[in-house]
Amino acid sequence: MHELSIANSLVTAVTEAVAEFPGSAGVGAREGGPTEPTAVVTEVHVQIGALSGVVPAALEFAWDVACSGTQLAGSTLVIRSIPARIHCPACDCESDVVGALVLVCPICGQASGDIRAGRELMLSHIVVQDDPVTVGAHP
Amino acid sequence: MTRIVDLRRGILEKNDRLARTLRTRFGEADLAVSNWVSAPGSGKTALLEALLLRARERGLAAAALVGDCATDNDAVRLARSGAPVRQIVTDGMCHLEAQMVSDHLEGWDLPALDLLVVENVGNLVCPTSYDLGEDCRVVLTSVTEGEDKPAKYPQLFHSSDVVVFTKIDIADAVGWDRTAAMAAVRAVNPTAPVLLTSARTGAGVEELLEVLTTHRSQEAP
Repeated sequence: MHELSIANSLVTAVTEAVAEFPGSAGVGAREGGPTEPTAVVTEVHVQIGALSGVVPAALEFAWDVACSGTQLAGSTLVIRSIPARIHCPACDCESDVVGALVLVCPICGQASGDIRAGRELMLSHIVVQDDPVTVGAHP
Repeated sequence: MTRIVDLRRGILEKNDRLARTLRTRFGEADLAVSNWVSAPGSGKTALLEALLLRARERGLAAAALVGDCATDNDAVRLARSGAPVRQIVTDGMCHLEAQMVSDHLEGWDLPALDLLVVENVGNLVCPTSYDLGEDCRVVLTSVTEGEDKPAKYPQLFHSSDVVVFTKIDIADAVGWDRTAAMAAVRAVNPTAPVLLTSARTGAGVEELLEVLTTHRSQEAP
């Protein structure tokens, strides 16, 4: 199972992204005084495609372990599962693959390797809570 | 105050970035690279040994990196072919990542090589997500594994560029159904070339060598 490795990579990706915020004082650290606002990441939103090779439930399980001891400890992982979506050249239409991952058009039964969605392994967005202690300290 | 910050970046961006760098490096060296994935016991190493010997007979400079959780048994075995071989010991990690490949290329003259095979850790699940910078991902499955591996592991079979059936010399002995096996592959991968091979008899080895040396990444450096 490699979802722990994926979760570790996700923690790194979020931490690096937040460090790039302009004027960022870091993530989760409440060490700043009233004049140094800090932010806490409360939610991490990801998109996991059905063809990505990552199992959402396993990733959820690994998330708390990966966050432990980091500045993301306590944050919630929110997963949006993306089904595989194929385009059929014969029918010229797209359809989601439901159930077993068999890449055939549900209308005409033709196999198609034209994948329009389902490979996602993406960090979509995060929800950040600015330190309520410092809100109002700035005019 | 609560705010939403859009990021829209790959979770494995670090690995993927390094994989792209490797892909560029391989392209500049005119080196054909493949990533072999399969279940443990499929006959990857035996087939790779046959391939390395065949490459040598054809005057091609081939090398291999082989990944395992423990031991260097496979590297020792493959070195009998005379090709440069290095073992990547993952210490229990279930897949190879781009950094491991990069680290183990140190000191090799890549432009002097024609073909590099990276034999992944025996695992049909985890290697799916990790780009190693290869031109060609090859999934191998043996006739002894039945016909439904593609249905059971659709993500990996879908993401592969070439499908190789191994141990074809004992297909009849195990009652392997070629029609069912092909249908299972096509249900998840309509386009990948499918090769039938035997390390023992040499069947399909020449064809595999041809596919690996000609299938090159389309990605622009």
